[in-house]
Order: sequence, then structure tokens, then C-alpha cells
Amino acid sequence: MALEHLFKTVKERFNRDEKGESQAVSSKKHDIPDNLLFKCPRCRTSTYMEEFEKNRKICGICNYHSRLTWQERLLMTADRDSFFEFDSKMVSLNPIGFPDYEEKIAGLSNKCKTNEAVVTGECTILGYKVVVGVMDSYFMMASMGSVVGEKITRAFEYAAMRKLPVILFTASGGARMQEGIISLMQMAKTSGAIAKHNQAGQLYVTVLTDPTTGGVTASFASLGDIIIAEPKALIGFAGRRVIQDTIKQQLPDDFQSAESLQDNGFVDMIVNRKKLRKILSRILQMHGYIKEEGAL
Amino acid sequence: MSKQNLNVTERIELIRNKNRPTVNDYIPLIFKNFMEFHGDRHYGDDHAIIGGIATIKDVAVTVIAQVKGRNIDENKRSNFSMPHPEGYRKALRLAKQAEKFHRPVICLVDTPGAFCGIEAEERGQGQAIAQNLMEFMMLKVPIISIVLGEGGSGGALALAVCDELAMLENAMYSVISPRGFASILWKDPSREMEAAGLMKITAEDLLGFGVCERIIPEPAGGAHNDSAVTAENISEYLCEALEKFKKVDVERLLSERYNKFRKIGMYDFMQEEQI
Ligand SMILES: [Zn+2]
Repeated sequence: MALEHLFKTVKERFNRDEKGESQAVSSKKHDIPDNLLFKCPRCRTSTYMEEFEKNRKICGICNYHSRLTWQERLLMTADRDSFFEFDSKMVSLNPIGFPDYEEKIAGLSNKCKTNEAVVTGECTILGYKVVVGVMDSYFMMASMGSVVGEKITRAFEYAAMRKLPVILFTASGGARMQEGIISLMQMAKTSGAIAKHNQAGQLYVTVLTDPTTGGVTASFASLGDIIIAEPKALIGFAGRRVIQDTIKQQLPDDFQSAESLQDNGFVDMIVNRKKLRKILSRILQMHGYIKEEGAL
Repeated sequence: MSKQNLNVTERIELIRNKNRPTVNDYIPLIFKNFMEFHGDRHYGDDHAIIGGIATIKDVAVTVIAQVKGRNIDENKRSNFSMPHPEGYRKALRLAKQAEKFHRPVICLVDTPGAFCGIEAEERGQGQAIAQNLMEFMMLKVPIISIVLGEGGSGGALALAVCDELAMLENAMYSVISPRGFASILWKDPSREMEAAGLMKITAEDLLGFGVCERIIPEPAGGAHNDSAVTAENISEYLCEALEKFKKVDVERLLSERYNKFRKIGMYDFMQEEQI
């Protein structure tokens, strides 16, 4: 898959004919089509999509960092043309014979331009070489099945062998129930691979993005040497509704927010998307990693 | 003792039977000198998981067990065997203690899942489970886990990263309860039994997946019909497993444990033209 292409399409979407759309908006103020507006799920304010996209999909009112596709995330994170994807052709089988599972995966693969809910590879960030993984919540809520588990495990094993740091952008609804017990086992498998990477003395940074929940929170997302979260991201083990059903009471609004997790001691720092590349590169530098030759 | 080959619905009924033996029944029957140790040294003492040291055939072991209650009072105390983070942290503390003193660890799994509540979240339920998965993977003593009844999701897995997993004949082990599965994937919790049939959660299914290594037989009609016989079967298995792992050096033990989980996953690679 030629990533420059993807980057180009994403860039085009980010800068998409600003004049044309904003004119359309201003001429019909009372009847704005939904796709021209972003309604923030946190503060419920609507802003122009175009403004929101130019602002890296951050709500200009409350600073909620909205969900990104894997392409958008890589575009914002990796140095231009530096990304090399691992295991791009790995696809899931259907361990319990869940009805129409293969069809569902195939449909999402087409739509999301990736075979699974995580994309892994190597790239540089301001010149520092890292192994990177990006989970895409548009792919079956980035649930973890065989392929997510295997790709992440391979990424850590590779990084341990090559003495490279790993940076994972997590997002997930949890284990991929459609794969039954096999999906649960991926939690143990990935945690084991992190243990190996850890023993190799290498750095692992997790960036928790909205939403990171379930079996991913209860495995690799919580095991970073440094845990970064994006503002207003939902992060938790159990789903809000499950908890509400269990305890039969209302939950506070900021429950399971990145900010409350930081207050409770589970997140090192909350970082604005616009500063993330700089912060990551500084962390990498301070852990003794060296810039690639010829990097800026 | 022949296998009874009950269907999944009959097995679910058996493990929900209120007379099904729990760790409170089994521990005195299987072990001698069980001494309970309390607390996680961070927050509190979770009664959903008990732990301590005991001997089995004169071998000192660390026992960590999830506690289903036998009546409403016991269940209130043990929160229906749904642990909070401090339960998992107590388990980890005792496992590390076992490592220091070269004792094998025996985990008895019996939980619907980790507790879903405000305080459990605030104290880091996900982090506590994750930490156990990573630490148990590296623990330098043998770990043997046995699913007694219900092995529910990450809450069970946190005590099931082990060198060998055994299941009682009618036990089940699943990524989510069949009811949760039906409710989330089909928006219809009443299709629970249909989900149970599809999910492949019986001991035989898990043996087939390479998740479980051994099935421990139950007496005719289920474990509750003769808890002494069930305990004897568990005990026999444990002695055999302890004997086997005693001879394995640490490096091999850890690499085989890693590979036991490393190889689980069902995937393929697409051909070029399909992309
Ligand atoms: Zn907002």
C-alpha cells in the first residue's frame, strides 16, 4: 500500500476546497447539512467541520480530541514518507464460526483501507526511529482479535530484537467477541511480548486515545513505561452502561476521562495533539535514542 | 469415571447449581495447613480473592483462589466472586512472594468477571489486570491454574497466565458471559443459550484451541454430587503437574509459558491480488 497516496488523500481532505464549502455554509445558514458540522460529543457544541478538521479534529470549545482514522494519525505523527508498514496482509480467520464474520471484515477492510483494527510499522518521528502501532476505532471499534494481538506481538518482538522504542496509539472497544476465547488470549500474548521488550531495556510509550476500554485497557494499553493520554479521551475497563446497569446509579460526567485517570494516578501526562510529535521526540532523546542520519 | 458429554446448556445449569462446591469446600479437601494471608499492601483486602500458603503432599505452595459464596452471606462478603483491583494486586503480591521462596503457584479460577463499578475503575481495574498478565508471564516458578466453574473474561485471565491450565469437566471459560455476548452482538440477552452454543466455551472446546491442557473429571451428575471425589481428582492432577514442573529449569519454563500463549491466534495472509 503506497502510503504517500494515503497521505495525499488525507491532506486533500484536510484542506478540502475551503472557499467552496464555507460559501455554501454561509448562504444557507438555517439548513446546514450534517456533514458540514461537527457536533462535539463532550460539550455538544457544533462547529464547522472545515474548522474542526483544520484544528486537527480537536473541539475548539472544550478541547476534546476527536477520533482519527489510522491514516490521519500517521500523517500527524510520522515524518513524511518515513512509514513502512508491517504485516499489512494479515487477515483474521473465523475461530468460532461466527455468522458473516469474514464478510464483515472484508467490508471494513475496503472502507478503512486496512485489513484490521491496528496498523503497525516503523517510522521516524522528528528523526527518531520507532516502531509504531495505530488502532483505528472505525474498524469494528478497534476490538482486539487474532490479528490485532499478533501484529502488536510481532511489533514488540521486532522492537526488542532491533533495540527500538515502541509507540502505540490505543483505541478499542475491548476484546473481539466474534473470535471467542481466542480474542481473550491476545491480552496475555501481547502482555508477554511487552515483558520481552521491557527485558530488552527498551522504551514503550502508550498514547491513550478516545476511547480505550475493555481488554485493551486491561493489557497493553496500561503497560507503557510512560502513559500519555489525549484530552477528554474516555479510558476505562468496563463500559459506562455496564457499570450503570450493575450499580444502578448515575455516573459523574468526567467519569473515565483522561483527566480523572490522571488525578487517580493512572496517566503520566495529557498532551495536546499539536505538541505530541515534539514531546515524543524529546522523550526519545532523553532515553538515549539517536536521530537517524540525515534527519532534520 | 466416564465422561458424561453434557451439552453446554446442561453444563451451565451445573455450574450455576447452588450446591456446586467452591474453593471454601475444596481448599480443606485438597491442601493441608492452609494459612490465609490478607491484603494487597496498597489499599485493602478483597474477599473475592483469597490467598495464602499451604502444603500438598508435603510440598509448600502458594494458593490464590476466587471465592464464589455458598450462600447469600458468603456471596455478599466475596462480592459474588467479582474482584476489585486490590484483589488482583493481592494475587500479584502473593505470586511474587512465592517466587522469592521458590514455591509453585496454584490459581483456582471461578469468577463471572472482574467487578464493574465506580471504585473498581477509579482504582485501576484495567491496570491491575494488565500488570498481572505481564508479571505472571515472567514469574520464575511454576504456575498451575484450574477453572472450577466459571472463567469469565479478563477477570479470570488475570489468574490464568500459567504453565498449564486445567478445567473441571463442566467448567467454562469465555471472553464474555453468553448473556453479555447475546446482549452486545444480537441486542437480545434472552438468546443466552444460543450464544453459549456458538461461543465454544466448554473444556473440550478449549482443549481444541490449545487454551486448556487438561480436563479434570467430575463425578456423575456433576461436582456437587460428590465434592470429596472432585477434590480427589483435582488433587491427583495437581500432584502430577507439580511433579512434572519440578524438573523443568526456569529458562525453559518461561519460554514454554511464553510460547503457550504466543501461538494462540487464527490468521492468514492475503494473496497479492486480493488487496
Ligand atoms: Zn467540545
